Amino acid sequence: MRIIKTADIRDKIAQLSQQACIKVDKKITDAFAKSYESEKNPVAKYVFEQLIENYKIAETENIPICQDTGMVTMFVTIGQDVAFKGEAMEKMIQEGIRIGYREGFLRKSIVNDPIERVNTGDNTPAVIHYELVEGDVFNVVIVPKGAGCENMSRIAMLKPADGLPVIEKFVVDAVRDAWANPCPPLFIGVGIGGNFEKVAFLAKKALLLPFDERSETPYIAKLENDLLDEINDLDIGPQGFGGQTTALGVRVLSYPTHIASLPVAVNISCHAMRHIEFSL
Amino acid sequence: MARLNIKTPLTKDKIEKLKAGDIILLNGTIYSARDAAHKRIMQLIEEGADLPFPIKDQIIYYMGPTPAREGKIIGSAGPTTSYRMDSFTPKLIEMGLAASIGKGSRSTEVVNALKANKAVYLSAVGGAGALLSKRIRSVKIIAFEDLGAEAVRKLGVEEFPLIVAIDSYGTSLFER
Ligand code: SF4
Repeated sequence: MRIIKTADIRDKIAQLSQQACIKVDKKITDAFAKSYESEKNPVAKYVFEQLIENYKIAETENIPICQDTGMVTMFVTIGQDVAFKGEAMEKMIQEGIRIGYREGFLRKSIVNDPIERVNTGDNTPAVIHYELVEGDVFNVVIVPKGAGCENMSRIAMLKPADGLPVIEKFVVDAVRDAWANPCPPLFIGVGIGGNFEKVAFLAKKALLLPFDERSETPYIAKLENDLLDEINDLDIGPQGFGGQTTALGVRVLSYPTHIASLPVAVNISCHAMRHIEFSL
Repeated sequence: MARLNIKTPLTKDKIEKLKAGDIILLNGTIYSARDAAHKRIMQLIEEGADLPFPIKDQIIYYMGPTPAREGKIIGSAGPTTSYRMDSFTPKLIEMGLAASIGKGSRSTEVVNALKANKAVYLSAVGGAGALLSKRIRSVKIIAFEDLGAEAVRKLGVEEFPLIVAIDSYGTSLFER
């Protein structure tokens, strides 16, 4: 049995939530540079110029990439041979966010109630997903995600007979209808299968997969490629002004489902796809 | 695609020259207001009360910044999605609002109001809040301080980079 102090979890979250908001994976900024070269549309080129400079300023001057530092989603993976010591984990995770958002001068964007809408003042609560696995691992992925792109996400309960063509249309329609709202260039996460809540979870989890890789399942890899091509043919372009770079990646996750169901969900991320991960 | 230096106030003669796709560097004063502030401004208009700032020839920026660090005047300060303000915007345009700054497309009602009243919709690059914050030279909270990030701020901007997304003739960069 391995013992982990919940105070250590809190401290790590406080530190890394700040880092997540000022710096993204280098692969993303490299993709901007590549797109800048390949874009022919002058306004699209101008947008990439600004994005490249923005990410540089954010990192060197410690200013959040985007003012919407999001509602935090947290994926916590716990090995069954791990035990925890100290105050309740849930409480310490939220405390980590509270400290991180205060010390990092990040925006507090959470309201206490969907109708009464009073700001909680500390960006909590985060949405936390726990997964129990074998062994003694402990891993956390912190995802501060803005509302502009989250609001453009969608779910549908299709008919099994609909199959891949309707799934494809559903995803492409969601991106077309969203147009510039979710701040393209985008990353697209798609979930297929499971049930109503599982498919939404899969779509968000798909955004954590490396955007430049493809599924090991051949039909899913093909779906990822086809969707990326179709989306980039929409001529939405960065910020919706036209261009060939509407999405930089599409990833798909699937799960077994009921004989009568074909759930599908699409979770859209803006270019500021902020993830950070740690293990203890 | 012209690149223009523009000074506020954005009077009609300046608006007429702007074409969808033009890149402008804005200098002068703009006012930040987003969802909650719009709701309150509309209430004030209904009551016939004084508004936090004059509307005529002025520019509203849909933005709620991150808090300023010590020694800084503002944090990250990029645009939010504009469509959430669509139901409020035509009224403000009728009252003389020259431009709004946000990201994403606008409703037909907003486009019609732009055309009818010679106003424009400008887009800043969404998710470029760090870069945009550097072009803001002064900040003063002038109303609704209790709204925090959503309070109305008077902002002095210098070479603030924008794209004319929908011009006063109704031409939109978002249409294919
Ligand atoms: S969609 Fe993303 S980049 Fe755009 S404003 Fe929201 S968080 Fe920022």
